[in-house]
Amino acid sequence: MSGLTLQNVTKQFGTFTAVKNVELTVPHGTFVCLLGPSGCGKTTLMRMVAGLDLPTGGAIKLDGKDITNVPTHKRDLGMVFQSLALFPHLTVGENIAYSLRIRGVGKEEQKKRVDELLSMIHLSGYADRPVAKLSGGQRQRVAIARALAISPKLFLLDEPLSALDAKLREAMQVELRQLQQRLGITTIVVTHDQREAMTMADTVVVMSGGEIRQAAAPVEIYRRPADTFVADFIGMTNLIDFNADGSGASVLGASIPGLAVPAGLKSGIISIRPEDVHLTAPGNAPVTGTVTFVRDLGGTIETFVEAGGKQLVAVSMPNARPDVSVGQSVGVQLNPGDCVVLKS
Amino acid sequence: MNGFLQKAYFGLIGLFLSLPIIVVAGVSVNEKQDLAFPPKGFSLGWYGEIFANVEWRNALFASITLAALSAAVALLIALPLAWFLWRRHAPWANIFQLLGIAPFTLPPVITALGLLTFWAATGFYGQPATAVISHAIFFVTLPLVTLSLGFSSIDRSLVEAAATMGADDRTIFRTVVLPLILPYLISGYAFAFVLSLNEYIVAYMTIGFTMETLPIKIFNALRYGYTPTMASVTILFVAIAATIFGLVARFGDLPKLLGAMSSKD
Amino acid sequence: MRREAPQKLTDYGPLVFPAGMLITFFVVPFATMIAVSFFKRNPSGFYTPDFVFENYARFLSLFFGKVLGFSLFLAVTVAICCIVLAVPFTYLLSRAKRRTQVLWLVALLSILSLSEVIIGFAWSTLFSRTAGITNLLVMLGILDQPVALNPSFGAVLTAMTYQALPYTVLVLYPALVRLDPTLTEAARTLGASPIKSFFTVVVPALRNTIVATLIMVFIFALGSYLLPQILGRPQHWTLSVLITDQAIYQSNMPFAAAMAVFLVLVTLGLVALTVIAGRKGEAA
Repeated sequence: MSGLTLQNVTKQFGTFTAVKNVELTVPHGTFVCLLGPSGCGKTTLMRMVAGLDLPTGGAIKLDGKDITNVPTHKRDLGMVFQSLALFPHLTVGENIAYSLRIRGVGKEEQKKRVDELLSMIHLSGYADRPVAKLSGGQRQRVAIARALAISPKLFLLDEPLSALDAKLREAMQVELRQLQQRLGITTIVVTHDQREAMTMADTVVVMSGGEIRQAAAPVEIYRRPADTFVADFIGMTNLIDFNADGSGASVLGASIPGLAVPAGLKSGIISIRPEDVHLTAPGNAPVTGTVTFVRDLGGTIETFVEAGGKQLVAVSMPNARPDVSVGQSVGVQLNPGDCVVLKS
Repeated sequence: MNGFLQKAYFGLIGLFLSLPIIVVAGVSVNEKQDLAFPPKGFSLGWYGEIFANVEWRNALFASITLAALSAAVALLIALPLAWFLWRRHAPWANIFQLLGIAPFTLPPVITALGLLTFWAATGFYGQPATAVISHAIFFVTLPLVTLSLGFSSIDRSLVEAAATMGADDRTIFRTVVLPLILPYLISGYAFAFVLSLNEYIVAYMTIGFTMETLPIKIFNALRYGYTPTMASVTILFVAIAATIFGLVARFGDLPKLLGAMSSKD
Repeated sequence: MRREAPQKLTDYGPLVFPAGMLITFFVVPFATMIAVSFFKRNPSGFYTPDFVFENYARFLSLFFGKVLGFSLFLAVTVAICCIVLAVPFTYLLSRAKRRTQVLWLVALLSILSLSEVIIGFAWSTLFSRTAGITNLLVMLGILDQPVALNPSFGAVLTAMTYQALPYTVLVLYPALVRLDPTLTEAARTLGASPIKSFFTVVVPALRNTIVATLIMVFIFALGSYLLPQILGRPQHWTLSVLITDQAIYQSNMPFAAAMAVFLVLVTLGLVALTVIAGRKGEAA
């Protein structure tokens, strides 16, 4: 099949297992984000795809061909490094032309391609500048253009936007996604920023402890997290213990009729997003709590409520601002359809 | 410390360091063959003498040839070694790093005597080539240190980036590593060159009886009394050293070369 | 780029030339020298292979005891003079503007690279009766007539301090440049004057560096060979002078080699001390 396939890929450094039995298929032309906290193995996984590290087990296939042991320079990749790794001794144009030059592409053709790429990244006329004279965002674009010079089969980016400030980073995320869609190139991005992953990816791969916890579309990951780690790592959530018997489930001492619990599960955790927690007058909902803090961020209002010894958070929009103050008693409404049942 | 004390202290150290050179510079422009300061009369004739007198001229050329060749050999030893230690993970190879640093760290008379016994035992004693090799070994420390520093300042992701763009090891060395290491290569050569130019005891123990380098020539002349050419040669050497180190400072990062980290690190 | 262990034999290629050169022209000569130190001297001026200790036994005379004692004393004195002058100087230099730093570094390197012969000649001129510093004092009316200040112990000490001072500054420079400037700023906000903060914060923080530098300068000074000859009397000659004298003029290679081996042992012992001092510094 066309695209990238990882089969049972494992990487050990001495006794430490950085990546454990990873199975992943990246269809041709899709955009995948490897997401996870630092040390989760996402960078090591990408380095193995690039051939910069060799797996200690498993196989990596590209378009059906086993490339597990093919050296990096024969893989026809484009990669953007976290440090960008622009060559300080070369100009912008020479940096972009590097992969063409070492492949023996003619001078004229190199120049044509460089101009093409520069106009693609909105930096026409910058070819002769030294890279040190560029701004952070410009260097970023040059690194991207350089990686795309040979129209690679795989486009890899390791924390590509981490050095940029927040505003520029968000703009670049959109730009990068649009570029990828225009070129239809198979792309893998490593990031620890979930917003970035949600913005760009067709598929988000959440990793922890060297393993894949969930690989799915961004909305799926958010609405239907596979486990407590994913639920907690992606966005804000409330994780609440529940007990169940044959007839129904109870949360925080109150029963939630209609919560679908798999047969035989006696206890577990539910995840409910803060925007799904509704505050009402006390007595109007099965759970009652006390407001401990209100954080008004302008665009959203976060209300912290203590109920049954547990801290919950509810998010509301300004047009539905709850009329509460610290110390006040409130009713907490949890709709069963908004709860995701997870094994503890 | 306050500004005045600081200036005064810098001034005193500066005076201490420059006084001998000022006096020698004064002596070098004496009109007659006097050892007099302040100078009697003014003449640059003793500078001409370095080139006009065949003995001094030969000594100067011998010194420059020796310095140019031995610094080149030192570089040929240091470059592959420093590259290997940077590129590969081989802890035992550090022994060669240590061997490269030892000759310059030990009192010079020891290296000199070791080489003297060696050249005498192998029957090459007195041949000009022995001085080139001896100086190369003695001064290999300098390019080794600057190159190790240079390699450690190369971001390893540059090498990886080149590999992802299709460059094999050889191409990476030619197109990325070599251009980035070049300033350190040049300064390593400059250090070895200037020190070789001035070195006495190793040169004396290897070729002292068959050839004269400038330091040997000055010392030999000193035993028979004074000639003002010594003074003009001294000033010439100070000027050469200052020019070369000035150029290194102009085109390179001298504080960083001498161990100060740049703000980036 | 991960540093991988060499995989194939050809990966060792770059090591061949450097390793070959260093072994052939440093390790082998060194070993030859050690071997010769146990050889028997031949009255004809050469030596015959043997295994005797008589070359080492000769040290046990009063004469060599005195020379060794004087060499060590001279080197220690020079090292202390250099440290006392260089520590405040290097500290000030490391806080100076970058341009000032570069200018001083160029000057220091130029002087450091100067031949011992040239330094010896320059100071002998400065200390001479006809062209020396005393002429200035006469002009200023402090002295009646110019005098020669060498040969003397003071002349040897001054010139050796001159030679070793740039070395001392350059050894101290990296540690001082990297010293966190907020340390002294903190001391000053706590009420210490600049000079007081230098002695109560900078010097203690650098104690291990200073000890290590002292030892390195000591070794450097131990190697001085020409200055004691040019500026001193025979009683001011050092072990380095005697080694050369025995090797070249007395043609007693075995004895010269034995002295050199001894000097190496002293030096290595001190390097070991430096390393230990450095380790302690890291642990502190």
